[in-house]
Amino acid sequence: MVYWAIPARALKEASNPLGIATGNPIVLSVRNLTKTYRSAGEQVAVLRGVNLDIAAGERVALTGESGSGKSTLLHLIAGLDAADGGEIKLADADVAGLSDAGRAELRRDRLGLVFQQFNLIPSLSVQDNLAFQSRIAGRHDAAWHAELVDRLGLGALLKRYPEQLSGGQQQRVAIGRALATKPLLLLADEPTGNLDEATADDVLALTRDLVTRTGCGFLMVTHSERLAATLDRRIHLHAGLIA
Amino acid sequence: MQLATLLIGLVSATALWSGVQALNAQARISYDRAAATFGGARTAMLVGRDDTSFPQALFVDLRRAGWPVSPVLEGRIQIGGRSFRLLGIEPVTLPGEVGNAPTVGRSGLQSFVTPPGEMLVAPEVLADLNLQEGARPSTSSGTLLPPLRVQPQLAPGVLVVDIGIAQQLMNMPDQVSRLLIGKAKGPRAALEAVAGDRLRLVEPDAESDLERLTDSFHLNLTAFGLLSFVVGLFIVNSAIGLAFEQRRPMLRTLRACGVSARMLNAVLVIELVALALIAGIIGLVCGYVIAASLLPDVAASLRGLYGAQIPGQLTLRGEWWIAGLAISVLGALAAAAASLTKAARLPVLVAAQPQAWQQAQQRWLMVQSAVALAVFASAGFLLLYGDSLVSGFAVLAALLLAAALLLPAILERVLSLGQRSARRPLAVWFWADSRQQLSGLSLALMALLLALAVNVGVGTMVESFSRTFVGWLDGRLAADVYVNAKDDAQATAIKAWLRGRAEVDAILPGGRADAQFRGAPIEILGLPDHTTYSEHWPLLESSANPWVRLRPGDATLISEQLSRRLKLGIGDRIEVPTPGGNWPLEIVGVYADYGNPKGQIAVNYAALTRRFPGIPATRFGLQVAPPKIPALLSALREKFDLGDRSLADQATMKAESKRIFNRTFAVTAALNTFTLGVAGIALLTSLLTLSNSRLPQLAPLWAIGITRRRLAAIELTKTLSVALITALLALPLGLAVAWCLIAVVNVKAFGWRLPFHVFPQQLLELLGVAMAASLLAALLPVLKLARMQPASLIKIFADER
Repeated sequence: MVYWAIPARALKEASNPLGIATGNPIVLSVRNLTKTYRSAGEQVAVLRGVNLDIAAGERVALTGESGSGKSTLLHLIAGLDAADGGEIKLADADVAGLSDAGRAELRRDRLGLVFQQFNLIPSLSVQDNLAFQSRIAGRHDAAWHAELVDRLGLGALLKRYPEQLSGGQQQRVAIGRALATKPLLLLADEPTGNLDEATADDVLALTRDLVTRTGCGFLMVTHSERLAATLDRRIHLHAGLIA
Repeated sequence: MQLATLLIGLVSATALWSGVQALNAQARISYDRAAATFGGARTAMLVGRDDTSFPQALFVDLRRAGWPVSPVLEGRIQIGGRSFRLLGIEPVTLPGEVGNAPTVGRSGLQSFVTPPGEMLVAPEVLADLNLQEGARPSTSSGTLLPPLRVQPQLAPGVLVVDIGIAQQLMNMPDQVSRLLIGKAKGPRAALEAVAGDRLRLVEPDAESDLERLTDSFHLNLTAFGLLSFVVGLFIVNSAIGLAFEQRRPMLRTLRACGVSARMLNAVLVIELVALALIAGIIGLVCGYVIAASLLPDVAASLRGLYGAQIPGQLTLRGEWWIAGLAISVLGALAAAAASLTKAARLPVLVAAQPQAWQQAQQRWLMVQSAVALAVFASAGFLLLYGDSLVSGFAVLAALLLAAALLLPAILERVLSLGQRSARRPLAVWFWADSRQQLSGLSLALMALLLALAVNVGVGTMVESFSRTFVGWLDGRLAADVYVNAKDDAQATAIKAWLRGRAEVDAILPGGRADAQFRGAPIEILGLPDHTTYSEHWPLLESSANPWVRLRPGDATLISEQLSRRLKLGIGDRIEVPTPGGNWPLEIVGVYADYGNPKGQIAVNYAALTRRFPGIPATRFGLQVAPPKIPALLSALREKFDLGDRSLADQATMKAESKRIFNRTFAVTAALNTFTLGVAGIALLTSLLTLSNSRLPQLAPLWAIGITRRRLAAIELTKTLSVALITALLALPLGLAVAWCLIAVVNVKAFGWRLPFHVFPQQLLELLGVAMAASLLAALLPVLKLARMQPASLIKIFADER
């Protein structure tokens, strides 16, 4: 199924049961999501029926205490892991129903992922890292790439390798790589967790701008109430449920 | 995982090294036994000026002049068609320090010297002759020998009798071959004053003739053992390197908690030594098993190539066990040196920087390449100016070392070119990541290069030898049937009977005599004047009409090894000592004589019997039309009760020769396989250890949409690509090794040079084996990746790691 070929009209007409105020089409819809892990011989229910919608252009902070299931929810949405029950729809693609290859294709073409550890490809230069995902997805846009380089302030760093960059610079490259494909949804797991406060503010400001520029949805896992407050909406996960 | 890898590496290294050392030690025990037989090269002695025998009266004169000498007469006799070395000794004067001689001579002095005397033999001789102790065999000429008595210290193939009996048996009354010199107890007259210029003094040599002859073989075994040891250490190095990388955070924490670098290193060394001792014990047991299983082939090789007798039972000394454990511990410490140094200098706060490391590695590669070029240059220098077996092996070692050192730089250059020419993002990553992975794989790839090159080199040499040998055998085994009668009387009877058989076209008499020539024993082969020889006998070079020139008995053909050793060529004149005086001969041809440890010359048969009237005439060949051979063989067997040892047709002789040839190289083939196997394990362990540390590099690619299966396929392609480049580089290197073995080492070791051939099919097969080994090595880590649970990959992104 070619899920990104959904006409804009269909997106606009997508259901909006949680009554999100943006009026934009829903890009992510999560229903009754459950996930259980086995730990030390015991079943631990990490997610116990999560419901969540994110509209295009909407910026959402996901907060919660350690072990509340924030990262697990993000991984399930990204198709990195399989849910035990429930439904995840990205536009109208059923993530849970996709095969491993289908989920990989989905991540490649329609998702942007940013992690706390940056997770850049160490053997590639900044330039190659930035263009890597968009080029393997066949969605490389030279003008957009140049704009990203400019907006992220990476012009002087293109020939460098990840280890030669500071944490803030590495995270800007990771954000650039994730947005280069113009994804439907940008997922970020504690993107500023390894950065100092000023750098964190700077990186998040850039991310907000670029998300607005692309019109994609943005879901960010964070522990920081201060950073969460800078986004459009904040949802709190507690004991496996949206509080 | 690292523990298993570490143990596998140490066990492989110790096992092959110790196995080879056990084989060498076993052979050395046998050489010692041979050398100790009544004054081999390890005893000072007086010999005739021109290596001929001399009158016994000189012995009496020297004893009277205060020289503690003892006479020995040496020659060969045939029993039941088999040739033995006969030593006549004088037990009363035999010096005490001459090997185990006194116990031999004095224990039964009375029975040894009084008629009929005794003939001392090794247990192997009794088994060979299928006789019991006390039996009295006859020589091929019908002379009754003294009763046999077993003397376990004696070398196989040697018969020891009182010198008086030896003089009778060899028809050399009052003659002596040499005088062994004992420790002087008082003043003695000058040698010249007693013996004039008839005798010369030969100083003792620490190394026996057999040891010198077999040096190349043992050097070859040692080289294989060393190669496997080094490859094993590559595995250890890779395992320890990874274990260190994985422990780095823990080590950092310990350092941060106040543990000193010295304490940390001490604990790491203690842990390593304990593991090395455990692995050493396992390795030694494996080494013993390897040595025991290879010993029959090694014994066959040494017998086939040098005539050395090695018993088939492995006896090991305590030193072997201690040396094996020591080599395991030292090897482990050497392989861990780099990691231990890193641990000692570990900066507490610095994180891993693979790219910076790669740049540092590139600078190091430049240095390594410069060293490689210098080693290449030294190989060239040794090739041009070296003139010994050791220099030949040094050329080989330098060639292999230089190529191994240069390999990472060549691979880096090839991968870098690939990266520059790549356009697609995955291709760019493929080359870039291969370059980054190279540092972790280079040791294993170096091991693969060395193992493959040695395989190609030895394989090409053996195949060249095999083809040459088969062609040479076709010419050399010119007669259709070979007869070896048990004595002269039977030979005469057989020949008389054969003259009445219509199917026998010709009877080709043959004979052999032994002589000393320029300080070394040689064989003199008598060839009949018959077209069978002039048409088939292969000559490497000759003057015009060599076979015609042999007829008068003043010309000779000379074996290649004797020609090379004494630098003799066509037209040179030599003088061979015979019982009737020196025999002047002109060299009219040089022939190949593969596999013969002794120098040999070939003369006209009639001339040989004139110069050596006492030689047995028990061996001869027959010319028979091939369809009539089986019937003739049956008739001969029935009529004269001839066994398989006494009668053989050409096809059987060829098959037997080829069987011996193949067995001779069986040990080489086994070691080749072992080395390649260890290189495969090195590659596997490197890949397995790398696969663990590579997850952080692969997980982001999976996260951005490349499936695990595709990632696994890319990883497999990467490994196979570098293995293929390595294997392709190993082919020319292997051919250079083969050339070196054929043109340098063999010439020095054996005295013959083979034609150099390239066997494309063999090269393709080895390439296939290398790729299959690499595929096998890569398969496990790749399957692990393809089947990896997403949870394992997600862990890479988890914040709370």
